[in-house]
Amino acid sequence: MSYHFTIRNKVYRFKDLKTLLAKASPYRTGDVLAGVCAESYEERVAAQIALADVPLKTFLNEAIIPYEQDEITRLIIDSHDIGSFSLISHLTVGEFRDWLLKNETDADVLRSVENAITPEMAAAVSKLMRNQDLIAVARKCEVVTKFRDTIGLRGHFSTRLQPNHPTDDPRGVAASIIDGLLYGSGDACIGINPATDSPAVVLNLLNLIDNLRQQFEIPTQSCVLSHITTTIELINRGAPVDLCFQSIGGTEKTNSSFGINLALIEEAYQATLSLNRGTVGQNVMYFETGQGSELSANAHHGVDQQTCEARAYAIARKYKPLLVNTVVGFIGPEYLYDGKQIIRAALEDHFCGKLLGLPMGVDVCYTNHAEADQDDMDNLLTLLGVAGCNFIMGIPGSDDIMLNYQSTSFHDALYLRKSLGLRHAPEFEQWLIKQGFTDVSGDLLPVNPSHKMLSGII
Amino acid sequence: MSDHLEKNDPLAPLREFTAARIAIGRVGNSIPLKQSMEFNLAHAHARDAVYSTLDLDGLTEKIKIFDLPILHLHSQASTRHKYLKRPDLGRLLSEDSHNQLHDSIVCPDICIIIADGLSAAAVNENTFGLLKILIPMLSTAKLTIAPLCLVEQGRVAIGDDIAGGLKAKLSIILIGERPGLSSADSMGAYLTFNPSPGLTDESRNCISNIRKGGLSYRNAANKIFYLVNEAIKRKLSGVALKDNAGLLT
Repeated sequence: MSYHFTIRNKVYRFKDLKTLLAKASPYRTGDVLAGVCAESYEERVAAQIALADVPLKTFLNEAIIPYEQDEITRLIIDSHDIGSFSLISHLTVGEFRDWLLKNETDADVLRSVENAITPEMAAAVSKLMRNQDLIAVARKCEVVTKFRDTIGLRGHFSTRLQPNHPTDDPRGVAASIIDGLLYGSGDACIGINPATDSPAVVLNLLNLIDNLRQQFEIPTQSCVLSHITTTIELINRGAPVDLCFQSIGGTEKTNSSFGINLALIEEAYQATLSLNRGTVGQNVMYFETGQGSELSANAHHGVDQQTCEARAYAIARKYKPLLVNTVVGFIGPEYLYDGKQIIRAALEDHFCGKLLGLPMGVDVCYTNHAEADQDDMDNLLTLLGVAGCNFIMGIPGSDDIMLNYQSTSFHDALYLRKSLGLRHAPEFEQWLIKQGFTDVSGDLLPVNPSHKMLSGII
Repeated sequence: MSDHLEKNDPLAPLREFTAARIAIGRVGNSIPLKQSMEFNLAHAHARDAVYSTLDLDGLTEKIKIFDLPILHLHSQASTRHKYLKRPDLGRLLSEDSHNQLHDSIVCPDICIIIADGLSAAAVNENTFGLLKILIPMLSTAKLTIAPLCLVEQGRVAIGDDIAGGLKAKLSIILIGERPGLSSADSMGAYLTFNPSPGLTDESRNCISNIRKGGLSYRNAANKIFYLVNEAIKRKLSGVALKDNAGLLT
């Protein structure tokens, strides 16, 4: 089906839904590179106005990537909850935007329709929303997940402690973990990107965190972000795997390029669940995403990068993850050029994920060839705090010396907590107080040099 | 003030275990000024490196001593902004450069390409030191070398366009790597056997972190020379070659 809109006698035609979505997308370099971007400001607004009139029902009948060709499309269509859809089935995309912003549409209402919203509906409505709207609606959603602590409660905010090291040196990693814990970081998880995917190295790092966690009874979970096949192998060998990690994309072809498919994720999910290591809950998956990965894998099917990204969330929600992290600024300026594009993309991802019922976190980050700096990250960090983001990264001094990019520091999380009155995950908060790292109001206390955590390594 | 904080930080002994920015202290909840400025300076170096330009005159003057023809080429990315937004254009030669190349076809064994990549500063700094060791090794082994190609606004794959155009058996592209906070002047070398347009990264071998304080010119030249010989002997490069290159470490 084609769509059109006329402005001052100029008729803008959009040959199908995916073209309409792409042309309605706010400007970003990745869509230009893919050749799907609007060619003028006017064409973009024409597409947005035309998109506003599209009934939500259309998204159930017009697949942007054919059902027969793509298992993600099949997952989206087959898992759609037609029962709860009745609440919003009469709306157009534009009316849906207004409905989301209504005061009566509160957290409970939003939760009741999360399985009625497809990723494409979420992506479509986001294209009609300003940053402020994306924040206002995301803020209403509360997505709570649990493993050894409780993440995502309203008024709480967590961090993944990311103690990466260029050679996976255990003492180097341990030093960064201890530094982070003393700054109150790590309630979302302690998660290491290994420099190599060697099972022996990954096992070594898993044991390192697990020993530390047990010795100090830390109510958090560990994750070494290796390929899912490595994790399955390690589970079979009895390794202490808390969370199973995988990068995912929004098309079957993208995931093939990552060496994964839905069956493999299901296998890993069941294997991780079977370990039964959670104490307060069993959300065992950790997924990472990021706009542009489909184009990067040459697997975007002419779909704009933000819609592709939202489709990845269909995979994530099938496996009830503890954490979903959009690594928004890592991919580089040919996809997201500058601070403005990175900030917009992060707010879109956070909004779409939350709307679909996911525990969204954001890697507030940039590379040195992007037009961005710490000021942009401060802006994004603050916006995400207001939007109720579940977690961000905690990296010593913002500088990841293994992945060579800049993310948020331990200090950044302290700033956000203090400025917005946000607290740690409750179990972790109690632990920090017990260890003498923070006082009851969550403020850091001076470090006690004789604390066992320090004397153990030094 | 910051010095005082640093000395008294009970976390300071952790620093010996990692180059990560740990134990940097705090003022209130914020990073102290000294550490904040150190970070800003590292980022400034990285940013300046991204926008640095090839020192065509200086490099040409230095590499004259190898007694090889020198070509000055340009990609289809006319500016640095275009280069950053459109990596596809950085992989293709401009029309003028194509014509220039056409006049220089020599069917050599090796084509050496020197491109700015994401840090021209790295290439300005490290190219001559490496070639001074590498070119005599190649010559001694009786390998013929194409004109040396200096390329502005180039990505790795532009080597395929150039070396394919010159009908070389093997290409070596020296290129500025994406600057990190810890080093803004790191050069990479990519080897491709039977270069031709359309190849992807799995058909290349990469030697990274060539710089003062990183992989030395001598070690880099040895690794490249080893790979050149293996690639020519086995008529391949990339993943298959890497798998058997135990000597490389």
